[in-house]
Amino acid sequence: MLTCQQVTELVTRYLEGQMEWRQRVAFWCHLAVCPHCRRYVRQMRVTIATLGKLPEEPPPPQERKALLEHYRAWSQKPE
Amino acid sequence: MRTHGDTAWLGSDSDQELVQRLLRRDEAAFVRLVDTYHFRLLRLALPLVGSRSVAEETVQDTWLAILDGLAGFEGRCSLKTWMFHILLNRARSRAAKEGRSLPFSALGPAEEGPVEEPERFTAAGMWAVPPSPWGVESPEALVLRGEAMECIEEVLAQLPANQRAVVTLRDVEGLAAEEVRELLQLSESNQRVLLHRGRAKLRRALEERFGEAR
Ligand SMILES: [Zn+2]
Repeated sequence: MLTCQQVTELVTRYLEGQMEWRQRVAFWCHLAVCPHCRRYVRQMRVTIATLGKLPEEPPPPQERKALLEHYRAWSQKPE
Repeated sequence: MRTHGDTAWLGSDSDQELVQRLLRRDEAAFVRLVDTYHFRLLRLALPLVGSRSVAEETVQDTWLAILDGLAGFEGRCSLKTWMFHILLNRARSRAAKEGRSLPFSALGPAEEGPVEEPERFTAAGMWAVPPSPWGVESPEALVLRGEAMECIEEVLAQLPANQRAVVTLRDVEGLAAEEVRELLQLSESNQRVLLHRGRAKLRRALEERFGEAR
């Protein structure tokens, strides 16, 4: 039987699909009986999903303009 | 494998079509490329090079190298991954010129020990102080709370550079684990340890911010 502390160390291996099946079964068995670790794993998943939704900013206008000029200069070069 | 991020604006454009348009000197396509990737290149450059100004210069170099390399893009990986490769190359050659190496080029994980404080567990390894509920436990609900995003950005920026780079590529950009390993030249276990430690700190930060008193 895995301990809760072991679950917190193995969670990335589990979520990344890098567990061999025996370990995976042991992990499942622990989750089946431990609501705290179920919450821990769920919070990890939420953390990861939230990272995937971080906002992005468009470049500042002068930066975009400078890059566009680079592109124009590049476009003039013979292919 | 997750491929979020670039599909929204590409619509039905495949990477190859986009590259063809760029090669045909399509300025609108280039502006869209810059709008989509400039920020993301910079976000990845920051942990690689150490200072904002060097990161900006490295991204500039990267754009020039992208244009020069465009005709050779073969579509063996996504355009995004290919651009990140170029950024890594630029950052590496710059670091080499300055006589240093990138933070993760030669490294075992710098941190050791358990990711969660040992005091949170009983002697038998069971939770003594279990994770506290957050009230909201879906990413959608968290995203709606701007403070959660701020909290994540803040903690991400404070992670050690190698953890930050791995988390950025794997979780923020959604690259496959193998792509991340290849880009950062990490072994499978190093990559996993860095990802694990970074994620654990981010979860804990959210718990500190949003955990309900029990
Ligand atoms: Zn448990």
